[in-house]
Amino acid sequence: MTDTRRFSLAATILLAILSVVALLPIILIVIASITDEHALISNGYSYTPAKIGFDAYYYMIKQGAIIVRAYGVTATVTFLGTLVSVVITSMLAYPMSRKNFKYRNILSFFVFFTMLFNGGIVASYMMWSNIFHIKNTLWALMIPNYLVNAFNVFLVKNYYSNNVPDALIESAKIDGASELRIFGKIIIPLSVPTIATISLFTALIYWNDWVNGLYYITESEYFGIQNLLIKIMNNVQFLKSGTANVLGTGNIDLPGTAVRMAMAVVGILPIVVIYPFIQKHFIKGVVIGAVKG
Amino acid sequence: MKNKRVKKNRGLTKSGPLLLIAFPGILYLFINNYIPMFGVFLAFKDYNFMKGIFGSDWCGFQNFKYLFRQDAFVIIRNTILYNLVFIVIGTILAILVAVLMCELGTKSRVKFFQSSLLLPNLLSWVVIGFIGFAFLNADTGFINNTLIEFFGGEKIAWYTTPKYWPAILTLVYLWKNLGYMSIIYMASIAGIDKSIYEAAQIDGAAKLKQISHITIPMLKPTVIVLMLLAVGRIFYSDFGLFYQVPMNSGALYDVTQTIDTYVYHGIMELNDVGMSAAAGLYQSIVGFILVVSVNALVRKFDGENALF
Repeated sequence: MTDTRRFSLAATILLAILSVVALLPIILIVIASITDEHALISNGYSYTPAKIGFDAYYYMIKQGAIIVRAYGVTATVTFLGTLVSVVITSMLAYPMSRKNFKYRNILSFFVFFTMLFNGGIVASYMMWSNIFHIKNTLWALMIPNYLVNAFNVFLVKNYYSNNVPDALIESAKIDGASELRIFGKIIIPLSVPTIATISLFTALIYWNDWVNGLYYITESEYFGIQNLLIKIMNNVQFLKSGTANVLGTGNIDLPGTAVRMAMAVVGILPIVVIYPFIQKHFIKGVVIGAVKG
Repeated sequence: MKNKRVKKNRGLTKSGPLLLIAFPGILYLFINNYIPMFGVFLAFKDYNFMKGIFGSDWCGFQNFKYLFRQDAFVIIRNTILYNLVFIVIGTILAILVAVLMCELGTKSRVKFFQSSLLLPNLLSWVVIGFIGFAFLNADTGFINNTLIEFFGGEKIAWYTTPKYWPAILTLVYLWKNLGYMSIIYMASIAGIDKSIYEAAQIDGAAKLKQISHITIPMLKPTVIVLMLLAVGRIFYSDFGLFYQVPMNSGALYDVTQTIDTYVYHGIMELNDVGMSAAAGLYQSIVGFILVVSVNALVRKFDGENALF
């Protein structure tokens, strides 16, 4: 065997082992979620369940309202948050990319400084909860922290600087187009790839966020999927509380051990489903971010 | 006529419409990022819920005094040590993975390996907390019920035994971030001139020699820049890792509490706003100094990769 072949075999084996190690933990919760509750209680979570059972999923379907609601909250927040974030971010980045804009440097510094210094969570928490009274509203999940990220602004700004020729803007101006029109009709269509990248990253942040919920949400009707998961980890009986009386299903036994894992599976399901489609763009985004990080 | 006016303004365009376009973003950053900067005065107040933010009494450096008398050592030690371990082990493993991936070129298995290693990075810390629970939980966890059962030995109450947690947290961190970190190094390796390898091959250099004499030295600038940037953030920790994975277990605080989790406990659980604010301000200021000085170093070393 040649040196190259031997080396590539070794690389394949090592990486295969690492890949399996990366996937095994996720596989455990999937298997655990379809294990019979009694088998779980006597043998624990395991890759080789003594008995398969879908009790956890039946239970979740019966108690579905609370989960559907959390899903709805997260989906709404993810969609609106990403949309608003991408719009505001590109609008902020565009003037920064215009070489003949007088306040270009001041604006860049204004954005950049937020990467260097922050007032800390305490002041931010006090402001959002005492001045804007954002606690227990959907806004609390959407607005604090994530709408504009300086890093994304610079990513978009660099894209504009490198891909939108000045002459294009000048000629549009000579034709009498307003700045807003230029931005909407020329810049946005030209920047679809970078908009796709930051949308992907922002949507992931919103879908996976639990910190805003932890700080600002105490009423269960505003729980997103992540905060519902936290609640269930602390008290699995919580699933029973929300809808049982309304639906008249209060007496079903709660398969608590399996339901915990089934909930986690439900939490990652959308990500795992879309992962094959976004994977390529995600990797590209990481690389772009890293090159100019 | 029009040309003349443009010349007079030294080629500058009208600012009004552009400022208007930037306005929503400016407003958001002003509220979300700049107003809290003025809120650092909370660190110097004896915060009282009844008296409110502005009505509470000033207390000078009292909050800092308490902080440094009681908790500062542990939380700062944990924050810095974990970060150092993550930087060193993470960088070494990420480079190893990147080198191996690049050896395989563009084979379809590379795509599979890359996807598998990257998948954990897309999961939320809450879900990772659940996965940890499936492994570590004392009654039904996989380790206690299957591994320890099989190999023999005492069952371990993981969530109340601090000594295992430095290792657990490091493993979880690597599991989540290794794929992500290795992509960056892969991109960097892909940028190395292929003809250098061809020349080495003609000279009879074996694969391992090529890696140690070409790939690794060529990666040095990337490694140094990324490491320096990580050092600039050494006072910050990933809140999710230290809060969700240990399930916020009080028995583990000695080895799991970082500045970020400490600040959270202060506001949400202990209502000790002053001390939280003091810890947060300390973190912001030291963090600021570190980022600025590290950037100066990066600029000296490799101007193109400097943050500013």
